[in-house]
Amino acid sequence: MSNELREHLIRLFESNIRLDGRKFTDYRPVKVEVNVTNTAEGSARVMIGKTDVIAGVKVEVMEPYPDTPDEGSIMVGAELLPLSSAEFELGPPGQKAIELARVVDRGIRESKCLDFKKLYIKEGEKAWMIVVDICTINDAGNLLDASSLAAIASLRNTTFPEYKDDKIDYKKKTNKKLELKDIPLSVTVIKIGDKFLVDPDSDEEKAIDTRLTVASLSDGTLCALQKGGDYPLTSEDIAKMVDIGIEKGKELRKLVK
Amino acid sequence: MPYKERLEKRKFDETRKIEAKVGVIPNADGSSYFKIGNTWAYAAVYGPRNLHPKFLQDPSKGILRCNYNMMPFSSSGERVRPGGSRRSKEISLVTEKALLPVLDLNEYPNSVVDVFIELPQTEAGSRCAGICAASMALADAGLTMKDLVCAVSVGRVDDKLLVDLDYSEESYENGPVADIPIAIMPNSNKITLLQMDGLVSKDELKNLLEMGKKVCKDIYEIQKKALKDKYKREAK
Repeated sequence: MSNELREHLIRLFESNIRLDGRKFTDYRPVKVEVNVTNTAEGSARVMIGKTDVIAGVKVEVMEPYPDTPDEGSIMVGAELLPLSSAEFELGPPGQKAIELARVVDRGIRESKCLDFKKLYIKEGEKAWMIVVDICTINDAGNLLDASSLAAIASLRNTTFPEYKDDKIDYKKKTNKKLELKDIPLSVTVIKIGDKFLVDPDSDEEKAIDTRLTVASLSDGTLCALQKGGDYPLTSEDIAKMVDIGIEKGKELRKLVK
Repeated sequence: MPYKERLEKRKFDETRKIEAKVGVIPNADGSSYFKIGNTWAYAAVYGPRNLHPKFLQDPSKGILRCNYNMMPFSSSGERVRPGGSRRSKEISLVTEKALLPVLDLNEYPNSVVDVFIELPQTEAGSRCAGICAASMALADAGLTMKDLVCAVSVGRVDDKLLVDLDYSEESYENGPVADIPIAIMPNSNKITLLQMDGLVSKDELKNLLEMGKKVCKDIYEIQKKALKDKYKREAK
């Protein structure tokens, strides 16, 4: 990121202008498609402007963790595929991919929208493990929100395969759907200079001072937060960012059927 | 029991339904997807760009680097663990060799052309779909090419010779099966990928290669149309 571009962006922000003409609290056009790949038990593709991600769910049967013998679990993985940006490289997930996966994971896990107790098959022996994998197709900024939206949309159309005689038959799908009690959604609010904005494109993302990812439920309760960026925030900043996050979350939630 | 009928009444020399599109990944220098039946391959080309680490550089020409990867949810069975396998490494290698003969990388010393193939959904024929997608993406990136590369699997199921085996045919249990992925350069009819597993006679192989070449010509037309369509879309 050149300093010139950052200064240029900040100058524009002073006159309330974003490079692509959006308002500070506008998303680019958001598109959610479900059931995009039939090899997954549930899947969704989210496009925010030119950002494009696919999330797919596979279910596995695991031995429950010793401290929660009557519960299943969820795992979220994210891959920043080198196909989706010249800046991503082959190899094991780096810090950015791991943070992305963990922020999406916490947004879902801590919302308690998924009842882990309903995922157990046989106490202490067998339980469902729900694995969500996020793959990036094109990174044009704001992978965090796109991924969280894709993850929850893919979970919402997940159906279980048949499980018989200790074996999963992935070819036989049942009518049993994965139950979700709410739709937790993450909105990342960024701060550049003294302005707050949502849905940064690639340039804005590189110019940020700070970002705050706000995951919230439909009634406005917060379920996860993650601050990023190199600069500190004041309590007033955080209050404003949380308000924006909850408000925009309500709009995004309408796109998840 | 002889093999009589294919799924969905497909003819023995008929491929599954094909869909191809070029220019699907804005960040890439060239990109495409290629769908054949339930198999879906994306390809993105980045480069020619600087090659690091430096000791890999060739001062006389550019190099081609391909990576084939199945997304974790792309198999109809268990989740595919991320990070690559022996299988995906080998497919990356043969893909590279299948594409190299159409490229002229002499103009790009010390550089690399990266081809990333990603599969969101697979059901047999994924390496061939990857090669078809990659060759369109290379053309989309504007690289100098002698030809496109078209790939399909041919094979034998029991007493029948056929093209584009699906999963049920690859895993047919009531008779011998041979699965032969091939890639050809459609203008010179030369073969750039040939692998086989299974049992087949010399004469059958000869016939199968001819069947494959014929089908590859149809694939070639689909690839060319997809490339032209991108520019029609952009002109609008």
